[in-house]
Amino acid sequence: MEHLTLIIGVVIVTALVFDFTNGFHDTANAMATTISTGALKPRTAVAMSAVLNLIGAFLSVEVAATISKGIIDEGSGVRPEVIFAGLVGAIIWNLLTWLAGLPSSSSHALFGGLIGATVVSVGWDAVHMDAVVTKILIPAVAAPVVAGLAALLATRLTYRLAAGRDPKDTTKGYRAGQIASGALVSLAHGTNDAQKTMGVITLALVTGGVIAPKSDPPLWVIVSAAMAIALGTFLGGWRIIRTMGKGLTDIQPPQGFAAQTSSAAVILASSHLGYALSTTQVCTGSIMGAGKGRKAGVVYWGTAGRMAAAWGLTLPAAGLVAGAAAFLADRGDWGVTAVAVLGLAGCAAVWLASRRNAVTHHNVNDVETRETVSVIIPSPPAPAVKPAPQATV
Amino acid sequence: MDIDWAALGQVFGVSVAVTVATVGLFTLGILGTSRRTRPAEAGAEAVVTGPSAGARAGALVSFALCGAAVAYGIWIIVAG
Repeated sequence: MEHLTLIIGVVIVTALVFDFTNGFHDTANAMATTISTGALKPRTAVAMSAVLNLIGAFLSVEVAATISKGIIDEGSGVRPEVIFAGLVGAIIWNLLTWLAGLPSSSSHALFGGLIGATVVSVGWDAVHMDAVVTKILIPAVAAPVVAGLAALLATRLTYRLAAGRDPKDTTKGYRAGQIASGALVSLAHGTNDAQKTMGVITLALVTGGVIAPKSDPPLWVIVSAAMAIALGTFLGGWRIIRTMGKGLTDIQPPQGFAAQTSSAAVILASSHLGYALSTTQVCTGSIMGAGKGRKAGVVYWGTAGRMAAAWGLTLPAAGLVAGAAAFLADRGDWGVTAVAVLGLAGCAAVWLASRRNAVTHHNVNDVETRETVSVIIPSPPAPAVKPAPQATV
Repeated sequence: MDIDWAALGQVFGVSVAVTVATVGLFTLGILGTSRRTRPAEAGAEAVVTGPSAGARAGALVSFALCGAAVAYGIWIIVAG
């Protein structure tokens, strides 16, 4: 029992750390263009997003009965060690992509981690590959297309309607609209993503016999998950905000507004219609669509390509790290300890590497202008990835 | 493998329609409430005119519809 309690404590702490990385990884989704168009000052934007994430986390307590939406057969021996290893994989991948300034889906990282850990610990049979395709891969491919097209059409429309008007007169209105739609995205994010963590913790508590199966998450779980995601959001994932706000296209207030509104509409419409599309992919697609929608608008495909590569790698990479972690954690207490130590070392290494080229709210919008260049090769905003090889062991 | 193309198509259509409608309405609202600056030309000063009462009324209706869309969005979030 003592062992059980310790591992469950470890899972809870790790889940909250993941929740925190989820927060700062995804701030960009709601706020990148709000910041890059100057609709809100960087600190104000992340503070607003943090508060809305906090509120969002309390809005709905309908935590999914399964953390993995049927991707993993959770009855087949998913023990706390497996969840722990999966979380470690997700955290490490979130940190590495943050270091590279690449927006990747935190949900994909979590699923990838859980799949990898389950495969090593239980076997391939416990993973439903059908569900991986229908619930992860197809939504991930569809999201940027749907959101991109919506944003492209909306951008064209708004520029056509406002043609002949001085941008000086309309910019204020566009910025106000952008703030409203960014707020909606933040709220939806808090509700969705904090619930994932609540689900993980609740599952761990159930497996440990601390609470009865199928019970609602205890209040302290809701409060701590809400706090963790809000704190992470407030910290601001400035590297990713820079990439999405400045690295994909040169975005003007009308485009920012069209992109944000498209993101909010697609996220809410898709989840309401029961076919949830990945938030990160939706927001990125919106920005690119808005970039293409303006006359003479450009999309920096180099950045977009690196992003797409990161998306493709998220599932397998988080899965590999989690698989290795599961292999170690399965050895017993010393294995769990080793994973925890290695995971912490990995986090520290990423953090140290990020100090070499820090991106903060001071310099988030400072990117070399590329207007005069005809062939555009975006300069990477962060140092090369993979600084922490020891983390993957 | 069972890919729900109908649901995906529905998401596609609704998303695009809602986005374009909201952005269009909000743009009309902005145009109806903002002042109009005619840039200075040869021999003429820049002219700034306010919106007419009709334009303002139409803009308020547009903004109200956008507000309703946001309220519906929040309802979707809360109702899960």
